[in-house]
Amino acid sequence: MAVASNNPPLLEVKNLRVEFPTRRGTLLAVDDVSFDIAPGEVLGVVGESGAGKSLTGNAIIGLLEPPGRVAGGEIRLEGRRIDNLPYEEMRKVRGARIGAIFQDPLTSLNPLYSVGRQLVETIQTHLPLSAAAARQRALDLLKEVGIPGAESRIDHYPHQFSGGMRQRVVIALALCAGPRLIVADEPTTALDVSIQAQIIALLKGLCRDHGTAVMLVTHDMGVIAETADRVAVMYAGRIAEIGPVRDVVKHAKHPYTKGLMGSIPSLGVRHDRLTQIDGAMPRLTEIPRGCAFNPRCAERGARCLIERPDLMSAGTSRAACWLHDRGGVGAPVAPEMADA
Amino acid sequence: MPDGSAGQFVRLAGLKRYFDVSAPWLVRTLEGRPRQIVQAVDGIDIEIAKGETFSLVGESGCGKSTVARLVVGLYPPTAGSILFDGNDMAQRRSQSETAALRRRMQMIFQDPYASLNPRWRVFDIIAEPIRAFDLAKNKADLEKRVGDLLRQVRLTPADGRKYPHEFSGGQRQRISIARALASEPEFLVCDEPTSALDVSVQAQILNLMVDLQRRLQLTYLFISHNLAVVYHISTRVGVMYLGRLVEVAPTDTLFRRPKHPYTRMLLDTIPDLEMTGRQRAPVAGEVPSPINPPSGCSFHPRCPFANERCKAERPRALPIEGGTVACHAIEEGRLAVDERSYDAGR
Amino acid sequence: MAGWLHRVTDSDIWWSFKSSPMTVAAALLTLFIFAIAFLAPILAPHTPFDPATLNLSDGLKPPVLISADGDWTFPLGTDDQGRDVLSSIMYGTRLSLEVGFASVLVAMLIGIALGLVSGYFGGTVDAVIMRIADVQLTFPAILVALLIDGVVRGLISVKRHDEIALLVIVGAIGLSFWVSYARTVRSSVMVEKNKEYVQAARVIGLSPLLIMVRHVLPNVTGPVLVIATLNLGLAIITEATLSFLGVGLPSTEPSLGTLIRLGNEVLQSGDWWITVFPGITLAALVLAVNLLGDWLRDALNPKLR
Repeated sequence: MAVASNNPPLLEVKNLRVEFPTRRGTLLAVDDVSFDIAPGEVLGVVGESGAGKSLTGNAIIGLLEPPGRVAGGEIRLEGRRIDNLPYEEMRKVRGARIGAIFQDPLTSLNPLYSVGRQLVETIQTHLPLSAAAARQRALDLLKEVGIPGAESRIDHYPHQFSGGMRQRVVIALALCAGPRLIVADEPTTALDVSIQAQIIALLKGLCRDHGTAVMLVTHDMGVIAETADRVAVMYAGRIAEIGPVRDVVKHAKHPYTKGLMGSIPSLGVRHDRLTQIDGAMPRLTEIPRGCAFNPRCAERGARCLIERPDLMSAGTSRAACWLHDRGGVGAPVAPEMADA
Repeated sequence: MPDGSAGQFVRLAGLKRYFDVSAPWLVRTLEGRPRQIVQAVDGIDIEIAKGETFSLVGESGCGKSTVARLVVGLYPPTAGSILFDGNDMAQRRSQSETAALRRRMQMIFQDPYASLNPRWRVFDIIAEPIRAFDLAKNKADLEKRVGDLLRQVRLTPADGRKYPHEFSGGQRQRISIARALASEPEFLVCDEPTSALDVSVQAQILNLMVDLQRRLQLTYLFISHNLAVVYHISTRVGVMYLGRLVEVAPTDTLFRRPKHPYTRMLLDTIPDLEMTGRQRAPVAGEVPSPINPPSGCSFHPRCPFANERCKAERPRALPIEGGTVACHAIEEGRLAVDERSYDAGR
Repeated sequence: MAGWLHRVTDSDIWWSFKSSPMTVAAALLTLFIFAIAFLAPILAPHTPFDPATLNLSDGLKPPVLISADGDWTFPLGTDDQGRDVLSSIMYGTRLSLEVGFASVLVAMLIGIALGLVSGYFGGTVDAVIMRIADVQLTFPAILVALLIDGVVRGLISVKRHDEIALLVIVGAIGLSFWVSYARTVRSSVMVEKNKEYVQAARVIGLSPLLIMVRHVLPNVTGPVLVIATLNLGLAIITEATLSFLGVGLPSTEPSLGTLIRLGNEVLQSGDWWITVFPGITLAALVLAVNLLGDWLRDALNPKLR
């Protein structure tokens, strides 16, 4: 853990539920998710497509697209509830207290305004600075994120920057009002591999310097392994495992996490076959009873088909799996195999 | 260069493909703009032996996807030749001869959502090559073939009645693979077949492809930007940068003793899942635009070992340790090749 | 059949249809008018364009609700020749619809074919077809239809022209509307042809024609349907305008437009019903068809779902 655990948490998410009403019934996309983020900590939220990680991030920033909505639970930032704030109040929180970085730098920046103008606008919205002071701050930020020739580039338009440079500008934009928390949703996925490393290093360094906590949402375990202090693994709208990153990556306690880590090809011993988890993540309309992962789990037992496990202690991490409960999983049940 | 005794199954020699992206004639004349040519593929030499998996890696814009399309004939080459089992693909042939050659090579695409016609049933999608090449004797034979193909990719014959949108990304890629195998090809060009898939699905598809290769004695040209994937399934690897091949080597050699500075840089960017604490060394700069590539060796602006010659002269591919490398620094002995190891502890 | 019906009623499109009362009303109205027109020979109380049944003494009778004698023989009144307005409207609507559908069909066929070729082959072929389209677009559709109609009239005798007037009108309107289909199909084709399923077909070695018809065409017809529905209203109006101007269908086979023209001539003398009723019918028909087209466009738009 990078920070002392007796600090009050910066962000507390308790029993969060995100629903999508459709004409065929209500879909539960995030189901009873709880976690905390300590000040200055980097929490990775990792999962495959459909696991609900982006929706969790959006719910925290307050940018859920209707008809999706927060249907239960609470989100507290520095002790204050933010999930039920009216629009105007949330607008002040967003930007000043929580910053956001999204995947596509091209659509995150307004193509019609210069980069400097967008920075200054955001700064002045949240901080009581004069135009000149705001511009100076913008300039300093651009230099901090590594834009060469910031004095002239501050007046350039987004299309005049390359992909990696644009993402740096987006990071500057997210940091400019001095937020305590940044929610970054797949910040490097759209970038080339060599640029990814640069951006990750930048994000990590800046957040450490400013003392900003980061909620890093991604499907890329490699990014998490290098950047996060703790990681939460999501599956079918729930958290399957959460713990210090080293422990989760190297000594996974949940069968899904184990399977996931096994299927990621990495350098080291060369295998012909990668470990695979048969089957696929269930659709929101077909989430199985009991533990959502049970149809694909080689270690499942009778209890897994009936009772849904909550997060329980498993060494230094917590995992939602009956294997770590004194009662065990019950009689073993053969898994159903069906490839994705 | 491996000695030609393996009998190259597929050989690309001096392959080039340029795209004219100039503004329309009227605009150019009125504004005095010059023609703009993108040298997407600028002289590639590759040899693939039968039964091996040759992977082509590089970042976006390096031209690897263009190479894939050149090989299967979607683009005509601007220069150079493609030899398939000794046959020059550019040579004029009769319809039936061309068809016979085309039948033996097929392609798998990256995007599982765009590679299947959304209005066709899966049965028809897979049956199309069989029908086009006239491989089935009658309707019953056709149905049997399609059923077998679906089973081979671990779907069921009943899936043939469904439409693509009823399947997940991984399942669609399986359908794509089944379609590619329908004409009983010997050579498959795979353009980033798993890049759009989740990690656990990627593992299933890669395992499937390796199994199929063994069972059907296929040869693969595998295009990817993911070095870790390439590490596991390739026999030999070629690294591309801005349309040129900077290094070719057997897989183990490339990963343990990388030579070209760009190869080393790419290997450094592979994330450290072993948690050895290996720092990724971020490299300066970004890939330049292919419209105006740097002079001489196109990597020189980002290369820590560049000298004056690198700025002026394009390096030639030198044979070395079972592969080739195009680098002045290596040639001149300025750059030592060291051994890398990756902690295998997990 | 039952299975198909179940799939339709269960689909998103049916649901969006049911949830918009205006669309349902429009659909019912359209269906009603279509039915009346289709069944005109059975339902119409009179045969107004068979001269043998006409009686000049029946001429210029007002509609029943305001007439002196409350005689229901001619519920909407008669025109100056003694023709029953109600029956005239029925037959006229039938003709208007025939012309409308036929000309939309002609425009669609020409437009889709040219759009496919233009989008798939690109280059010079595309440039030529699109320039022709651009030139044609600089003229209002009515003018183009007038031009074509005028040329044909100049080439053949009046009597012969009357016989094939229907074909000429359909051709004229069809030729003036093909451009919007061609452009939409062309842009859809340009998107689809770069998709990998088309590339897969090319790798197999199929001919461009086969690829265009079997692979690309089924995927570009969505927007065409929407344009066709909206064009139907426009085609009917165009025909009505041409007939009103006297250059459309002849008076022996009047459409709604012709009826409006005929009624217009006696409007000054206060016999309003001969023009107004066909006018209301025309307006109602076109409005209903346009509303349906609007709904269809929104229903088929994946972004709004």
